[in-house]
Amino acid sequence: MTTMDAGIVPVPRELPPRPETYLNVAHTVKSWALTTDHKRIGVLYLFTTVLMLALGGAFALVMRTHLLTPSGALLDSYTYNRTFTMHGIVMVWLFMIPSIPAAFGNFLIPLMIGAKDVAFPRLNLLSYYIYVVGAFWVIIALWMGGCDTGWTFYTPYSAHSPSAVVPTVFGIFIVGWSTIITGVNFIVTIHTMRARGVTWFRLPLFVWAMYGVSVIQTLATPVLAISLCIVGIDNWFDWGLFDPARGGDPVLYQHLFWFYSHPAVYIMILPAMGVISEIVPTFSHKNPASYKAIAYSTLGIAFVGFATWGHHMFVAGISLFDAGAFGILSMLVAIFSAIKVFTWVLTMKRGSVVVRTPFVYFFAFLFLFVFGGMTGVATATQSLDVHWHDTYFVVAHFHFVMVGGTLTAWLAALHYWFPKMTGRMYSERWGLVAATLVFAGFFLTFFPQFLLGNAGMPRRYATYPPAFQALHVISTVGSWILGASMLMTLGYLVVALFNGERAGDNPWDSRSYEWYTSSPPPEHNFAKEPTFALDPYDYTVPAERMHD
Amino acid sequence: MNDPLTTLLHLPPEASTYAREVDLLHLAVISTTMLGAAFVFFLALYFLARYRRRRPGETTLRTTTSTPQEIFVIGGILTLFLVFWIVGTLQYDRMLTPPADAMTVYVTAKQWMWKFSYPDGRASMDVLTVPEGRPVKLVMTSRDVIHSFYVPAFRMKHDVVPGRYYVAWFEANAPGAYPIECAEYCGVSHSRMLGEVHVLSASDYAGWLESNPPDANDLVAAGRDVAARRGCLNCHTLDGQPHIGPTWVGLYGSQVPLEGGRVALADDAYLTRSMMDPQVEVVAGYKGVMPTYRGVLEEPEVAALVELIRSLRTAPNTPSITLPRVVPQGSAQPQEPQP
Repeated sequence: MTTMDAGIVPVPRELPPRPETYLNVAHTVKSWALTTDHKRIGVLYLFTTVLMLALGGAFALVMRTHLLTPSGALLDSYTYNRTFTMHGIVMVWLFMIPSIPAAFGNFLIPLMIGAKDVAFPRLNLLSYYIYVVGAFWVIIALWMGGCDTGWTFYTPYSAHSPSAVVPTVFGIFIVGWSTIITGVNFIVTIHTMRARGVTWFRLPLFVWAMYGVSVIQTLATPVLAISLCIVGIDNWFDWGLFDPARGGDPVLYQHLFWFYSHPAVYIMILPAMGVISEIVPTFSHKNPASYKAIAYSTLGIAFVGFATWGHHMFVAGISLFDAGAFGILSMLVAIFSAIKVFTWVLTMKRGSVVVRTPFVYFFAFLFLFVFGGMTGVATATQSLDVHWHDTYFVVAHFHFVMVGGTLTAWLAALHYWFPKMTGRMYSERWGLVAATLVFAGFFLTFFPQFLLGNAGMPRRYATYPPAFQALHVISTVGSWILGASMLMTLGYLVVALFNGERAGDNPWDSRSYEWYTSSPPPEHNFAKEPTFALDPYDYTVPAERMHD
Repeated sequence: MNDPLTTLLHLPPEASTYAREVDLLHLAVISTTMLGAAFVFFLALYFLARYRRRRPGETTLRTTTSTPQEIFVIGGILTLFLVFWIVGTLQYDRMLTPPADAMTVYVTAKQWMWKFSYPDGRASMDVLTVPEGRPVKLVMTSRDVIHSFYVPAFRMKHDVVPGRYYVAWFEANAPGAYPIECAEYCGVSHSRMLGEVHVLSASDYAGWLESNPPDANDLVAAGRDVAARRGCLNCHTLDGQPHIGPTWVGLYGSQVPLEGGRVALADDAYLTRSMMDPQVEVVAGYKGVMPTYRGVLEEPEVAALVELIRSLRTAPNTPSITLPRVVPQGSAQPQEPQP
C-alpha cells in the first residue's frame, strides 16, 4: 500500500490478498457472456430463471387479484384466459424445469464429483443461449397478445384459437432443445468425469437426483417437441391433424402431451428432492438413514413416472383396464416418494440437528410436499378423481407439490448454497422471517383451493358463482403475502451479495464434496486434484479430517 | 343441507345414488392420508427437539435403517394404497356402466351451451329435466372443441369430445335444481357455459311431460329418415335380413361376435363407435367395407340413428331359416355418403 499524500502516514493493512475465485477472475461483460465455466453458466441461469419467476409470479398476482369478485375484478375473460395460460407456460418451462437443474445442477455437479467442468462446456453455454432464445420467443408471443389455450394446448381448441399459439409453442419447442442438451451433458458428465474415489455409491445424493432428472429430460422432451410441432402446424396451416372431422383424434393428443408432461412433473420435483437430500444430512450432522433407498427411489420415480400419464384422463373416456393400470402405477410412484420422506425424517434421528434458514425451508417442504403428495394419492383414486378432475382441488394439489415442494426446495437451495456461490452470508434473521412468511402465504393461498375444488369450482374460470367468493378472497390475500415475502427474500439476498459477512469456506460444517474447495470456488474448482477422504455424509469424525 | 360429512369436506349436497359412497371413500382417503402426513411432520418435529445440536462440531454415529423396518414401512403404505385402489376401481366401474333400464338423453355441447335431446323428440337448451329415482344415461358429443359435463352434486363428470360419443350415467335421488358446469377449458366464455339439472318427483315429471308436448317427430321417425337419406339402408336392413352389413333388428343390447373372436355388447357406445370407426370392430362373417361417418353424420342424426336401432330391439326376431347372403359382385364399396 502506498499513498500519494506524503502528509498522511499510510495505515498498514494486514488483510491477506484475496484468493482468486471464479467471480473475480474477470469482470468484463464478455467474460460472463462467453464463459464456458459451469459455475458462471449456472449463475446466468439463476439470474434468468429468477426473472422468469418474477414474470410468472406477476401473472399469478394479477390472476388472483382478478378473482376477488365473482364477476372478475380486473380483466375481461379473454385476457384472464391468456393470463393463466402464460402463467403456466412461464412457470413450467421457463422457471420450474430449468430452475434447479440448470442453475444449481450446473454449478454443483462438477464440484460434487471433483471435476473441473461438465463434459461439454461449450455445449453447456449453447444450451443457455438456446434457452434464452426460446424464452425470447415466448416473450414475443406475449407481446403479440399471448396465448389462451392453457399450458396444455388441448386440441381441437388450440388448432383454432385466435391467440398467439404458434410463437408460443415455437418458443417452448426451442427451450426443449436446451433441456435435452443439458440432460445429455449431465449424463455424460456423471458417467465420465467423476474424480478418483467418487464411486456411484459415494455420489452426493443431489447428483443422483440430477442423473434421474437428466434421463427423463432426454427421453420425454422429444415427445413434447413433436406434439407441440403438430399443434403449431394445425394452428398455422389448418392441416387438421387432430381434427375429428378429418379423421384425427383429439384424445390421442392428450396421450402424447401427458406422456411428456407427467414425467415433466418429476423433472420438477426430483431436483427438489435432491436438494432436500443434501440439506437434511448437513443440518442433522448425520448420514442419510438409507443412502440406497434415496438413490434407488430416484431411479424408480424416473422410470415408473413414464407409465402414469393416463391418470390425467380418468374422465376422458379411457377404459376400466387403463384406468386401473394408471391408478395403481401412480400410487407406486407415491410409494417411492414416501420412501424418501421417511428416510429424510429418520436421518434426523440420533443426529445433531441445528435449525438455520435452509432447514426451516426443509420443514416447509416436508409439510407441504407430504400434504400435497397425499392429495395426489387421493386424486389417483379413480372414482374420487371423477369429482376432482379439472377443479381447484387439482390446482391446489399440484401447487402444493410444485410450489410447496419445488419452490421451497429452490429457496432452500438458494440459501444453502448462497455462501458457496458468493462467499457471503445473508442475514439469518431476515431469512427466518421470510421463510415463515413464504410458508404462511403459500398455505393461505392454496389450502382454500382444496375446499373450492371439493365444493365444485372448476379451474380456468374467469368468473364464478358468488358462493365461492369468501374462499377466493382468502386465497388472494395469501398470494399477496407470498409475493411480498418473495420480494423481501430478493431484497436481503441482494444486500448480502454486496454487503454480507464473509461466510468462510464451509459455513454449515458439511462433509459433502462441493465444500472441499473454497467458497466461492476458484475458476477450475479445486486448487489441486481433489482427494475425497471421507464419504460425503461421514459425520463420525470432526471436520478437520476432511482434508487428511 | 346439514349433513356432517358434506359440511366437513365442504362438498355440495349428495344428489345421486353413487354420491354417498364416493364421499365416504373421500373421507377415508383424506383422513388417513392427512393423519399420515401429520404423523410424519410431528415425528420430524420430535426428532428436531430430541436430537438438537448441543455443541458445535458434534460428531454422530453412523446408523442406517434395517431391512425389516423398510419392509414394514413400504408394506404398510402399499397395503393402504391397494385398499384405496380396489375400492376406487370398483366405484369407477360402477360409474362407467349404466344400468340396463336407464332412460337415454342425447347431449350435444357447443361453445358455450348444452343441448339436450330426448327420445320422444323434445329438446332443451342448458336445462336437463329428469325424474327422480330413475337412472339416466347421457350419450354425449361435442360440435366444436372438448367440453366436460360436470354436475358436482352428482359427483359426476365426463369429457365431451367432438367425433366421439361417450356414455355416462347418473340416478338422481332428491328433487331439486343442480348446477351443470363445463369443466374442460373451451375458450373465452368457458366460465359461463353453465346449465342446470332439474330433478322432478315422479308426479311432477309426469306433469312436465304433459305440459311440454314434443313439437316434432320423435327420434325414431327421424332415424328412419336419416337412415334412408345417408345411405345406411343400402347395407343394413330394418326387417331382420342380413345384407352387406348386419341387420339392425334385435341388434341393440345383443352380444355381437367380432372378427378375431371377441364379443362386443351392442350398446350406445358400440353403435356410435361403429359409425365413427367401423374398421375397428368388424362383425364376424362380414367384410369390413363400411366407410367412416366421422365428419359426415351430424350430431342429431347420430342420436336419431341410435334411437332407431334401439327401437328395433323388440321387433320380431330374425327369421329362423337362414337366407342366402346377398353380396354384390365386384365393388362391395357402398355408395359414398354425401356430406
